[in-house]
Amino acid sequence: MSALILVDSVDGKVSKSSGELASFAKRIGEVTAIVFDAALVSQLSAYQIDKVITVKDLTGAATVAEMSEAISQIVAAKSPKALLITSSAKGKEIAARVAVATNSGIITDAIDVDSNLITTQSVFGGGTTVHAAVNHGCAVITFRSNSVEVIAGSGTPSSEEFTPTLSPAAKLATITSVEPAVKGGRPELTEASIVVSGGRGTNGDFKPVEALADALGAAVGASRAATDAGWYPHSHQVGQTGKTVSPQLYVAAGISGAIQHRAGMQTSKLIVAVNKDPEAPIFELADFGVVGDLFNVLPQATSAIAAKK
Amino acid sequence: MKIAVCVKQVPDSWAEKKMNGQVLDRAGVDAVLNDLDEYAVESALQIVEANSPTKEAGEGSGHTITLISMGPERATEAIRKGLSMGADDAIHICDDALAGSDALATSLVLSEVIKAGGFDLILCGTESTDARMSVIPAMLAQRLGYAQLTFAGSISVDPASSQVKVARTTEVGIENMEAKFPVVVSVVEKINEPRYPSFKGIMAAKKKVISTKSLGDIGLGADSVGAKAAWSTVKDALLRPARTAGVKVEDGGDGGTKLVDFLAEKRVI
Repeated sequence: MSALILVDSVDGKVSKSSGELASFAKRIGEVTAIVFDAALVSQLSAYQIDKVITVKDLTGAATVAEMSEAISQIVAAKSPKALLITSSAKGKEIAARVAVATNSGIITDAIDVDSNLITTQSVFGGGTTVHAAVNHGCAVITFRSNSVEVIAGSGTPSSEEFTPTLSPAAKLATITSVEPAVKGGRPELTEASIVVSGGRGTNGDFKPVEALADALGAAVGASRAATDAGWYPHSHQVGQTGKTVSPQLYVAAGISGAIQHRAGMQTSKLIVAVNKDPEAPIFELADFGVVGDLFNVLPQATSAIAAKK
Repeated sequence: MKIAVCVKQVPDSWAEKKMNGQVLDRAGVDAVLNDLDEYAVESALQIVEANSPTKEAGEGSGHTITLISMGPERATEAIRKGLSMGADDAIHICDDALAGSDALATSLVLSEVIKAGGFDLILCGTESTDARMSVIPAMLAQRLGYAQLTFAGSISVDPASSQVKVARTTEVGIENMEAKFPVVVSVVEKINEPRYPSFKGIMAAKKKVISTKSLGDIGLGADSVGAKAAWSTVKDALLRPARTAGVKVEDGGDGGTKLVDFLAEKRVI
């Protein structure tokens, strides 16, 4: 037993970030995937996974406390070198509880790991690169999405089942109802390979931002100024107090680029900015900047992309 | 109802942060109450106000709000901010041996204080704006064996039935959750708009009690916390070369086209 990964799903499909976890885990050794939804198992041969453990009696919709207890029991039984989890809200909380329950060290928001379990993190808005390692127990590490290529698998993993024994403490909180996020057909912000964000410069009109996002197959983000003004939902906020994204392409429209915003997008591979103010700090980190009105530039870009298709 | 709010003093999130060797350089920057903890303090005040005969927090409300903070001596500045918003008193765990503690040790210290205080409701922000791990509330629930109702976008508390209901709000949507006291809650930003301390609040805060505790006072040994006990080790921290500005063009009516040409050149589209 070398590395465990926790597989999660988006709309009934194994998430891209789960595939990334498999790529990282393969560097450490044999890869065992923990799955809470049996329906996902047949999809796992597409990834670098050697074994699958299907958890009985719970689903991926279970609470953090329930899933953490089941995973902690698997860690105790299998003594893996590492447990790799996606850096989602739920993923980080599960990592936190498993670390406590199994007397293990924890590292969050890694963007890389080597075969010696040395992780790389990008902190302070991408300004500093930190190398770190867990020195006690199973290395519990959460990874940001879009950190590594998904490597295709080469065969069907072997399969076993695990039935957890849940304590009363795991069942103290109950979920009474669920309202799934309205997707609107766009990819999830932290998983998207392209993000188009709008800020104060939109004056509350996100239509050109959404149109460009749809032309690019991108997720829509927003600056804190835009979410605080009520122009776009808080769940789309990119920045120090919102989501951290690291897509292949980040388009900032009408966003000045304050430190707080930069902290959430600075590690994007390619940054494009559109802003009326030539002095906007966002231009300091943009690979390509257009000084102009987003209400002219964005629609023109949207049509130009449509014309190329 | 006894409410505890966990708060942390952090470097001002508007300041440039840098590392001092293996740890965050905290000396060189302004320190403030973690932005995200203000939402937890506000939430505590609103819960008390909703359940107080006087519609106000403080004496006469029948409920108490205690701030709990682990940090160096100067963390009292952030604690005073929370007290001036309206919290009743505070416990400050301050000990040289705590320097360099990881999240596991921090959650151990906080959980010991919470256990001793016998609180019904423990409120936290979702993360600190410096470490950004977002793990402490879940660790507290695990250590204490209390119910975990985290990422609350809204909360309602009924002290009579000990029932807490939250709308857990994350990227996947909303899960309506409930549990009975004692409960660990973290709140997301959209839950409220934190109040500014009033002049009266600032004056009153000067008289409120901050009880300072050492590790020994809470029954922990120095060997269970601090840099030496940390279960993760920073090997090195390197400043990344700053991103350099690329091409900047004025929109002369073809800015959108040029933008798309650039994307095509970079093979993004």
